[in-house]
Amino acid sequence: MRKYIFKRVIISFVTIWVLATIVFILVRLMPGDPFSSDKMTPEIKANIESYYGFDKPLIEQYFTYMKNIVKGDFGYSMKYVNQSVNKIIADSFPYSFDLGMRALSLSISLGLVFGIIAALYRGKQLDYVCVIIAIIGTSVPDFIIGAMLQYFFGIKWGLFPVAQYQGIKHTILPSIALGFYTMAMVSRLMRASMLEVVQQDYIKTAKSKGISKFRITYKHQIRNAIMPVVTVLGPTVASVLTGTFVIESIYAIPGMGKYYVQSVQNLDYSLILGMTIFYGAFLVLANMIVDILYGVIDPRIRVSGR
Amino acid sequence: MGKILEVKDLSFSFCTYGGIVKAVRGVDFDVNEGEIVGIVGESGCGKSVTAQCLVRLNPEPPGFFENGSIQYKGTEIITMTDKEMRKIRGVEIGFIFQDPMTSLNPTMKIGKQIEEIFVQRNMYNKKELKEKALEILKLVGISDGERRYNQYPHELSGGMKQRVMIAIALVGNPSIIIADEPTTSLDVTIEAQILDLLRDLQKKLNTSIILITHDLGVIAKMCDRVLVMYGGKIVERGMVDDIFYNTKHPYTSGLLGSIASLETEKDEELEPIEGTPPDLFSPPAGCPFAARCEYAMEICYQAMPPEYQLADNHTTMCWLQHEYAKAIDLPCKKKLKNEVMQ
Ligand SMILES: Nc1ncnc2c1ncn2[C@@H]1O[C@H](COP(=O)(O)OP(=O)(O)O)[C@@H](O)[C@H]1O
Ligand code: SF4
Ligand SMILES: [Mg+2]
Repeated sequence: MRKYIFKRVIISFVTIWVLATIVFILVRLMPGDPFSSDKMTPEIKANIESYYGFDKPLIEQYFTYMKNIVKGDFGYSMKYVNQSVNKIIADSFPYSFDLGMRALSLSISLGLVFGIIAALYRGKQLDYVCVIIAIIGTSVPDFIIGAMLQYFFGIKWGLFPVAQYQGIKHTILPSIALGFYTMAMVSRLMRASMLEVVQQDYIKTAKSKGISKFRITYKHQIRNAIMPVVTVLGPTVASVLTGTFVIESIYAIPGMGKYYVQSVQNLDYSLILGMTIFYGAFLVLANMIVDILYGVIDPRIRVSGR
Repeated sequence: MGKILEVKDLSFSFCTYGGIVKAVRGVDFDVNEGEIVGIVGESGCGKSVTAQCLVRLNPEPPGFFENGSIQYKGTEIITMTDKEMRKIRGVEIGFIFQDPMTSLNPTMKIGKQIEEIFVQRNMYNKKELKEKALEILKLVGISDGERRYNQYPHELSGGMKQRVMIAIALVGNPSIIIADEPTTSLDVTIEAQILDLLRDLQKKLNTSIILITHDLGVIAKMCDRVLVMYGGKIVERGMVDDIFYNTKHPYTSGLLGSIASLETEKDEELEPIEGTPPDLFSPPAGCPFAARCEYAMEICYQAMPPEYQLADNHTTMCWLQHEYAKAIDLPCKKKLKNEVMQ
């Protein structure tokens, strides 16, 4: 297990390094540069460029940059004057993180509960309700769900704030909008998985021991049915966390999304790079945690990965 | 030797999209204390469904009892509620399944799976539970029980898993164990070990065993009495000697012709019975074996043969026993006695 985790950590670092290198090259291949402007005289431009080190050979820039990010320094933004990329991330990331985590915990727990209920009441009304929710969730895009929630719960019925992010009440609509797809997907997967597990021979073995239906469900069926759901959690975590950008803009939440979009429009090299690497590292970490978690709950993986 | 299980005219069917599958059609048999009863027949003839009826493991619905009675120590099984049934399963009647690879819960430790039968019933404290589990592991021939106790099924070999399955079936100290093809998925050497173990345990604990198999070699090795099933019916029954050396049903005779034994002479060919078992959606009105029987007569297609009593324990369901039928000497295992019995 320890060796497995060690291996995962190494792979994660390599992934982040490759990501940083590719983005470093790609931003420079984009047409235009950060400082082109009508009002800019060539002298001032040259001045600024040398300030950011753009007059040095590319390879030297690359090594300087790599050295800095190892130290955890993403440099200064090229558009937000006198703001370090670190500061921008530190100010905005907590919003995105908070929203993402709320959406994830809400969607995974509700998804599992709906999936379990649907499977246990297969073919009955409750099952149909869960299935319909799942179909809506997987087929309607999150920005539409976000806008609908805003309209009905915010404007029409006035139950929740329409936008902003200032208290628990503000977090509810965006969390639902962001997590809806994942909740629907998890509930569908869990339902299918529950129905498959109930057919397994070991369920019959449990029955032959005189075990009660309730105990069979929670000790044998749910425990085994959860495995395939955990496998898809890695990509799911990534999709929820990247989905925050869209929801942030609908609900005017001051998260990373706004800065990310603007940094690309502005060709703000250091901000693009810093945010991408930070976000990439975060996703890699999330994936790694899910994988390790999977190893912990599935005894078959636990041993082979030793 | 008292009767502990009495099955009378048992019929069990499944309601499916394609129609009603009549899986078991009027089966009678008894099980006495401490004996091993074999049920033999080709795949699909209703052995598992019959066995699972005894502890109500068939899914109901789609399955349902059409008829009959199953008396365990004088109480009726068929009308029991699920709650009453749970008091029988595991502690009165234990079950060993065919495939040990899939019959153990992959995410539960071996020890926990053995103990669960008591945990469900709130018996024993933690320490006693473990003692019970270790004791039973030792009994089924697993020497390093302490280590196995904390292992998961995937860490065990197939034979070892089947020993664990036997441990699970035995730990509640049942009066009857139903073993549904317990060695079919194991290789030959492991099969021999598991069969030896079952026989030893049966002698030690005086448990009755209902042993289901499609292999007459296994029957010869293990059983006192045999029921031969075909098309959801018992077509011949008798002591092992009756079945092997005084065969009175063409189907049994056919099965005997298709078994391999260690000393089979080189030029002796195995002859599988030609054709396939009858369609259980609409079973034929006459003898279920008629379409494949080389002795079939007119009457065989039209009327179900009655069960003829040949000796105390020996019956057959075949028109050849009718007084007007001509006497036919069915091939049996006279010459091969030594090799099958060894
Ligand atoms: N759950 C079920 N639903 C429908 N048909 C079934 C079911 N279980 C068994 N059957 C049918 O019952 C018949 C007897 O099956 P079974 O008792 O398993 O045969 P075997 O003698 O090989 O153990 C088969 O035709 C099978 O298709
Ligand atoms: S009753 Fe007729 S068809 Fe059936 S086994 Fe006997 S001889 Fe064959
Ligand atoms: Mg079977």
